[in-house]
Amino acid sequence: MTQAPQGDAQLERERRLLREMLLVRRFEEKAAEAYALGKIGGFCHLYVGQEAVAVGALATLQPDDYILCSYREHAQALVRGVPARAVMAELFGKATGCSKGKGGSMHLFDASRGFLGGHAIVGGHLPLATGIGYAIKYRQGTQVCLCFFGEAAVNIGAFHEALNMASVWKLPVVFICENNRYGMGTAFERVAAVTDVVEHACSYDMAAELVNGMDVLTVLDATERAVARARRGHPTLLEVRTYRYMGHSMSDPLYGVYRTKDEVEEQKKRDPITQLAHRLKDTGAIDQAALDELDAAVRAEVEAAVKYADGSPDPDPTELFAHVLAD
Amino acid sequence: MATLTYRDALNQALREEMQRDASVFVLGEEVGVYQGAYKVSRGLLEEFGPMRVLDTPIAELGFAGVGVGAAMAGLRPVVEFMTWNFALLALDQIVNSAAKIFYMSGGQIPVPIVFRGPNGAALQLAAQHSQAWDAWLAHIPGLKVVSPATPADAKGLLKSAIRDNNPVIVLEGEMLYNTKGEVPEGEHLVPIGSADVKRPGTDVTLVCHSKTVAPALKAAELLAGELGVSAEVVDLRSLRPLDDATIIASVSKTNRCVVVEEGWPHAGIGAQVVDIIQREAFDSLDAPVLRVTQADVPMPYNKHLERAAKPSPEKILAATRRVLYLD
Repeated sequence: MTQAPQGDAQLERERRLLREMLLVRRFEEKAAEAYALGKIGGFCHLYVGQEAVAVGALATLQPDDYILCSYREHAQALVRGVPARAVMAELFGKATGCSKGKGGSMHLFDASRGFLGGHAIVGGHLPLATGIGYAIKYRQGTQVCLCFFGEAAVNIGAFHEALNMASVWKLPVVFICENNRYGMGTAFERVAAVTDVVEHACSYDMAAELVNGMDVLTVLDATERAVARARRGHPTLLEVRTYRYMGHSMSDPLYGVYRTKDEVEEQKKRDPITQLAHRLKDTGAIDQAALDELDAAVRAEVEAAVKYADGSPDPDPTELFAHVLAD
Repeated sequence: MATLTYRDALNQALREEMQRDASVFVLGEEVGVYQGAYKVSRGLLEEFGPMRVLDTPIAELGFAGVGVGAAMAGLRPVVEFMTWNFALLALDQIVNSAAKIFYMSGGQIPVPIVFRGPNGAALQLAAQHSQAWDAWLAHIPGLKVVSPATPADAKGLLKSAIRDNNPVIVLEGEMLYNTKGEVPEGEHLVPIGSADVKRPGTDVTLVCHSKTVAPALKAAELLAGELGVSAEVVDLRSLRPLDDATIIASVSKTNRCVVVEEGWPHAGIGAQVVDIIQREAFDSLDAPVLRVTQADVPMPYNKHLERAAKPSPEKILAATRRVLYLD
C-alpha cells in the first residue's frame, strides 16, 4: 500500500478531490439542462449524489490501469481525465465526442486512458473486467482493472460467473458495486434475498469491504487497499453504499413513486461535496472565497464544454458505415 | 500434402498460430486437461501450458466475456464452445460486446477474438443439442462467420480467423471432425469471404456450406449418373461476408439454383442467398430458386424422424429435378 500523503500534500489531494466532485456535479446538472433542451437524446443516467465513489476510487489508479463501467459513467470518464468537452460532445452525439458520436451517454470510451467503456446491458461488462484482468496476468503486468456496476447487477448470472473466475484465477480486478439502493424503481431488498452485497464475496472466497460511499476519503482508502491487493494478484469486491438524488435516467421523475421526497432530502444531508467542503473549511485549508472560486472555475469549464459540443459538427454521413469492422 | 482429419486440421491451425503469436490463447470447457471434448485442442496444454490453454467453468456467458475482455486488452483469444447449442447463453457477449465495441467506441477498440465449436445436428442428440445457428450469427454486423466443410478449409479458415482483427465465428461440425482430406502444410490461409466451387458444372447450381456440402456433392454425382445433368456445387465457406460474386457468376451460367442448408427455413441463410440471386441474376433464372433445409420443427430424437428432418442427397435431388422441370 502506498503511504498516505501528509500535511500539505494531503490538503492538496483533498482540494483536488473536491474539484473533481464539483466538476462531476456541475457537468451532470448541465447535462440535465441540455437534455431538457433536446440537445441530448436517448437515455441519460446522471451521477448526482454518487460523486464520491468515482472520484475516490479513481484517485488510486496509475495511468496504465483499466476502467470498465456501466451506463452511468460520465463521472468516471471525467475523473479519468477525458476532457469535459469530449464527454459533453459525445452526449450531444457530435463527431468530436470521445466515441465520435456513435456511443452516446451510455458508451463513452477513451482507449488512450484505459477507459474501456460504458456498457449498457446490466452486468454484461463484469466478465469483460475478468478478461482484462486475465490479459494483465497473462502479460505479467502490474496493472489493475476497476469495474463499476450498480447493485441491481448482483442479481444477474454474469456477476457470479465473473467473480468466480476472477477468484479462481487470482486476477487483478476490483469489482466496485455502487449500491444506490434502487435498480431503476425497484428497491434492492424487494428483489434480493441477500441485501448486503459484500456477503456474496464469501461465495467466491474473495476479499470484500463495505464502504461509506458518501465520504470520498473513505472510498479512496478502501479502493487503495483493494488496488494494492489486486496488484498482488487478488481480486476484491467493494460494496460502496451511495445514493442518487435524481431519477434512474432523465426520462424518469426526480423522486418517483418508489421512494419519498423526504428520503431523498434526508440523503442530501450526507452530501459528499458538502461534507468535504466543510472539512476543508474547518481545517482552514480553504475559505469560502476559494471555494466560490473553485466552483466558478468548474462551472466555466462545463459551460465551455457545452459551447464546444454545441458548436461541433455532427458525424459525417459516411461515418454510418465506418468502424463496423477493423482492418 | 498430408491427409488429415478435419479435427486434426483444426488442431494444426491452433498449434501453428499459437507458435506464431504469443498473444493467441485458447479457453473453454475441457480444452486443457481433458484435451478437448472433441479433441480439437489435443496436446496444446502440454505444449503451451495452462495460461495459454485455459480450462473454464461451465459458464458460457462468463468465459465468452472473459475472452472479449482479454481481446479488448490486446490478446487474441480463441473461445471454444463445447457446442454452439450452449453458446446461446453467451449470445449477449457475442452480440452486445464482441460485435459492437469497435463501432460504439468510434473505432478505438478492436476485438480480435474467435468463437469456435461444433454447430448443428449430430446423431440422435434431440432438440436442445441439434441446432444450426448460422443464420442467427450471420445476421449480426460486426461479426464475421465462417463454416468450413473440408479439412483444408477448416485449417485455412481458422488460421485466417485467428489473424483477423474482428470477432470471427467458426462453425464446425461434430459429424465432420472425423472426415479426411488433403491439407496443405504450414502457411495455408483461406481468405474469409470467398466461396469455393467444389464441383464445376453447367446445368444447375447447388449452393451449400458446412455439413450440406457432402450431400450436395453426392446429389451432383447422382444427377450426373442418372440424368446426365451437370451440377455446379458452390460451397459458401463464409456466411458473413457472403461471396455474392461467386453465387451470381454460377447462377448466371447455369440459370437454375437450389440452396441447401442445415438450419431452419424461416429467415435462413438460404433466404439471403435467394435474395441476392433475385436481385443480381433475375434475368438469368429459368426457374424459381428452391431451398432444402432442416424441417421447420425442433429436432426429434427418434432416428427415423431425425433423418426425415435433415437435408439429404435425396431431398437435394428432388429439389433439383423440380428446378430442371423434370417432375
